[in-house]
Amino acid sequence: MSLAIIVNRAVMAILTLAGVAIVVFVLLRVVPGDPVSMMISPGASPADIAALKAHYGLDAPLATQFWIWLEGAVTGDFGVSISLHRDVMDVLFNRLPATIELAVLALIVALVIGGSIAVAGTLFRRTVAEAAIDGLNSILLAVPDFIWALALVLVFAVALPILPLTGRIDPALAEGFATRFYLAESVLTGRVAVASDILAHMAMPTLALALPLAAVIVRLLKQSLKEAMVQDYVLLARIKGFSELRLVVREALRNALGPTLALTGVQFTFLVGGTVIVERIFSYPGIGNLAIDAVINRDFPLIQGLVLMFGLIFILINVAVDAGVAALNPRLTHG
Amino acid sequence: MAEASAAQAPASDRSDAIAGGRPPPLVAALARDPKVVIAGGFILLLIVTALAAPLLAPRDPLEQNLLLATVPPAGFADAEPGHVLGTDGLGRDVLSRLIFGARVSLTVAFVAAGLAALIGTTLGLLAGYRGGVIDTLISRLVDIWMAFPPVLLSILLVAVLGPGIHSVIAAIVVIDWTRFCRVVRAETMAQARMDYVVAARTLGFSRDAVLFREILPNVAPVLIALVTLEMGIAVVVEAILSFVGLSVSSDIPTWGGMIAEGRQTVHQAWWMLAAPLAALFATVVAFNQLGDGLARTLDPVMRR
Repeated sequence: MSLAIIVNRAVMAILTLAGVAIVVFVLLRVVPGDPVSMMISPGASPADIAALKAHYGLDAPLATQFWIWLEGAVTGDFGVSISLHRDVMDVLFNRLPATIELAVLALIVALVIGGSIAVAGTLFRRTVAEAAIDGLNSILLAVPDFIWALALVLVFAVALPILPLTGRIDPALAEGFATRFYLAESVLTGRVAVASDILAHMAMPTLALALPLAAVIVRLLKQSLKEAMVQDYVLLARIKGFSELRLVVREALRNALGPTLALTGVQFTFLVGGTVIVERIFSYPGIGNLAIDAVINRDFPLIQGLVLMFGLIFILINVAVDAGVAALNPRLTHG
Repeated sequence: MAEASAAQAPASDRSDAIAGGRPPPLVAALARDPKVVIAGGFILLLIVTALAAPLLAPRDPLEQNLLLATVPPAGFADAEPGHVLGTDGLGRDVLSRLIFGARVSLTVAFVAAGLAALIGTTLGLLAGYRGGVIDTLISRLVDIWMAFPPVLLSILLVAVLGPGIHSVIAAIVVIDWTRFCRVVRAETMAQARMDYVVAARTLGFSRDAVLFREILPNVAPVLIALVTLEMGIAVVVEAILSFVGLSVSSDIPTWGGMIAEGRQTVHQAWWMLAAPLAALFATVVAFNQLGDGLARTLDPVMRR
């Protein structure tokens, strides 16, 4: 049964990615106007136009064109970026690690902030502190990452200028890396000064992405914790004389975490989507910032690669969430 | 558990009121919710401001005065009388630009949310009331649509359509009609099972008459709350696309455009960023709180 579910999910994932591929193909080709003029920037040379026509086989019938395009997409060949004059796949893989580090760090920060506030709210339930947390959180739930990012700029780059405003790392320190995962690599190789410089650069974009998710986590986890706190096993632990903090963290939290983690997984896709604008605000060199440049420059080979890359990331997250939820909930695997 | 008890509380309120001989009108119920009053009041004020922008703005939002460039807001050193929120790098009055910027934000909010609601509601009503093949088709379409990440869809759409307010509206409508479709479909299915619908059919009303004259008015409260929430989303999306230069042309003042300019010169003139950001924040929170309040007040009353 569980195998059937996994196969079902995998088929759905492949179908979704195929759907994304078809939508990209159709949108960029069936729109009015010559596809090559759509794909080319105004300053392109005739050689560029000829190369593009040959690459996409644009004189062939539409079905053949799709086949050629699909073959390229499956083998990772998206052609050459018009604005950057580099292989699209190269550009993407150069930029991807920066976005992965940012998104994962933001996810961790969101879980820590959201989790701590939910636990604090549960400890102080039925007090003024809980009412304050609920009231503030109902407002914060409405604030998107875009507004957070700019508010953080005003606070930590202008009023109290303690954080660097743009970039990922001090250019003087960006030497001698074996991979593009600067943060992970500098932590693993024990280069503390470099790691702390990277963290300072990542602090504002990370917080901007983490805070909206943290607000969602607070609301759901607090609700689950409150429900768990009146269960028999918590009552039993209370009779045993455990402290209130231990009741919440050791007894209730373990049982309340499941639904929150499932929702956090789904919300993580929104967080990854948010990297597009947040990276832009902080000139952070990831694929989100790249996507906006690609749209402004109408760099269609790059846009195609980016859209499929993002699509793949979203699908992988969904598959991971499904697997995680199934692993956490034994009832699902025996369904 | 919590939801059930929350739904029961207004019910007992209502039966008390009926026992008293006079059920509370919807407006009175809404007026008792401070969230709705404050947020609704702010939105109303914003609409009036946008409509009366030429009368309210102290200056022409495009008028440049390089002698009075980057003047700080009133109350700060070197402030100039007549520029309450200061001026930008070209000496344009920030308050006047803010007031005119509300026009683009609200236009997008109303048009985009309205169109998304129209499309989503029509398909949701059809799917929920007709059922069968129509329901299956529409529901599958929604499922596939929602599997497509919104960021990608908006990037693609704006790339294909080119920058401009029409692309912004198109992107919001194309992405968010599914929100309305899903909720309206579920509401319609719930309403269609109720006695009054069966009674209307028995009385000989046509299916379309029942759908639009009986079911739609009962779905409307949920819809109104949803449209309000969608307007908050639309305002942010417009600001983001203005920020990256993909919305209206740069000679029309927008909050997103002002934020982009303010972000560039944040170390010289923080108010150029702070003023439009505060306006955007207040507007987004207001739409959200209003939508929340409407959902809470309208929902249980109409479900009885």
